[in-house]
Amino acid sequence: MLKVTETQEITFSKELIKQFDELVTRYPEGKQKSALLPILHLVQAEFGWVSTASMDKVAAYLHILPIEVYEVTTFYTMFFLQPQGKYVLEVCRTGPCNLVGAEKMMQHIEKKLGVKEGEVTKDDLFSWRGVECLAACGMAPVLQIGPDYTYYENLTTEKLDALVDELKSKKA
Amino acid sequence: MARKLLLEHIHVPGINTFDVYRKQGGYRAVEKALKKLSPDDVVEEVKKSGLRGRGGAGFPTGMKWSFLAKPEGKARYLVCNADESEPGTFKDRYLMTNIPHLLIEGMIVSSYALGANTSYIYVRGEMMPQIRILEKAIAEAKAAGFLGKNILGSGYDLELYLQPGGGAYICGEETALIESLEGKRGNPRIKPPFPAISGVWGCPTVVNNVESIAAVVSIINDGGDEYAKVGIGRSTGTKLISASGNLAKPGVYEIELGLSVEEFIYSEEYCGGMANGKRLKAVVAGGSSVPILPANLILKTTNGENRLMSYESLADGGFATGTMLGSGGFIAFDEDACIVRNTWNYSRFYHHESCGQCSPCREGTGWMEKVLHRLEYGHGTMSDIDLLVDVAKNIEGNTICPLGDAAAWPVASAIRHFRDEFEWHVKHPEKALKGNYGLAHYADPLPPLVVETV
Repeated sequence: MLKVTETQEITFSKELIKQFDELVTRYPEGKQKSALLPILHLVQAEFGWVSTASMDKVAAYLHILPIEVYEVTTFYTMFFLQPQGKYVLEVCRTGPCNLVGAEKMMQHIEKKLGVKEGEVTKDDLFSWRGVECLAACGMAPVLQIGPDYTYYENLTTEKLDALVDELKSKKA
Repeated sequence: MARKLLLEHIHVPGINTFDVYRKQGGYRAVEKALKKLSPDDVVEEVKKSGLRGRGGAGFPTGMKWSFLAKPEGKARYLVCNADESEPGTFKDRYLMTNIPHLLIEGMIVSSYALGANTSYIYVRGEMMPQIRILEKAIAEAKAAGFLGKNILGSGYDLELYLQPGGGAYICGEETALIESLEGKRGNPRIKPPFPAISGVWGCPTVVNNVESIAAVVSIINDGGDEYAKVGIGRSTGTKLISASGNLAKPGVYEIELGLSVEEFIYSEEYCGGMANGKRLKAVVAGGSSVPILPANLILKTTNGENRLMSYESLADGGFATGTMLGSGGFIAFDEDACIVRNTWNYSRFYHHESCGQCSPCREGTGWMEKVLHRLEYGHGTMSDIDLLVDVAKNIEGNTICPLGDAAAWPVASAIRHFRDEFEWHVKHPEKALKGNYGLAHYADPLPPLVVETV
């Protein structure tokens, strides 16, 4: 994952642009704006978050106004408008997960990582937040980690510890 | 064992691949539809089947299809709603993960019936693993000649694309989904015009839930009349139920509509009773939006009849003593669950997910969350309870889309059936912070499970 700051100019690689080009072909002529959400997902997967500079570039690519991109990224919860940790632990906190211990899981993550919801650990490796229903209520509590959004189900504090330790060791 | 129409082959190893799925009789519906039936014949079969929309509203699918406008020179679209976000519902995710070709097959048959040459499956953004699974399935189906140009030599062309959402509950509402597919914020549109007249890019569009589309496959294979024989009354066919909460065996179950609620909760074939030998306190039967019912009312109607898993039986008694089948998100609460805390949790969810277009919903959901938080944390007053009822009443029916109703119903029903628990929170704030109200008189009328001691 590339690390970019808010003001930093960014470039989309040729491979990335090629993926954008393929996405645009899925819609009728002149309706390329429909590719906005899939493109933003690709951008976030590449850079870890969506900076203003990257949003402006996406707008230019799709021939739409920058505001049309901003209003979308601020509406949908999946797009990060600030840099995040390499791994963002997104814990479901709604209804059924809450019935079987989501709050306890979030408290445990906060303690284990030593950062509050939305903050990034010093080594830039982790951040975490509570999210709304992830549609895995039968396997609650659950969390997911982008950019491939793998699900981790039937969580326990032990499983959480093992997961965090495993991700840490991947760094080496 | 009950009849399975959707998940019959779910345990066959490799059923997620084209070859195994085909060997189990997959894609027969496409062959039958494209070779033997006209598009109108397919619509007719679906009408005969009595299939009702499985996303939550329960509107007859065949009728929805027959409303689709067919103006000359304008493309028509089928969009599959795979934006499953209703708390308590996870059946579509299960279906797409385990038997993706059933959805693809249903999409081909349904697109043919509607005369759509390009169709989209709008999958919620968080379901990237399912998007990857479906991408692979589409590629396999295309390689086998079931998608693309001139499918099976019938002259019918179809391209099928996946569209990821961006994380917004509201995009499960069909007009919000259409807005999102157009690359915009998911603000629901004012109806009319309905999507059947003016949907995606102003073209006639049908939006159907994953499970509805998947059900079309067995309707075409066996005929609409056969499908209508399964189930009970106007609740025809089978339904996927997502069971969660404090159950011994949570998970996705396919039931024949008309199964008794008691059997669903307590039999070994389904949920296997409550977890840890606890007793049932309450149930939300159709996803978080539908009214919550105490144990006594979910098992029996006020007439003393057994409550059944069907659109009609669950709605028996209206909102006074009944609820809705909704999306089939079945959440069971045991004696340790706090109704006030859960209602607060749902209110926070609806406040978070309100798109903000209509002020009753935008402001009302926020107020309900605040007042419920106050009650849960021991700062509530008796008048707060009536205030909640009042706010809920002022949201309901006063918004463009049903999210307002969905936010109001859980609060109104929780107070309707569990008012004494709310009052207990006001009278005994310290006790409420430490413990919970327990079963009280909602006690599940069945005897408690006998725990065998070794």
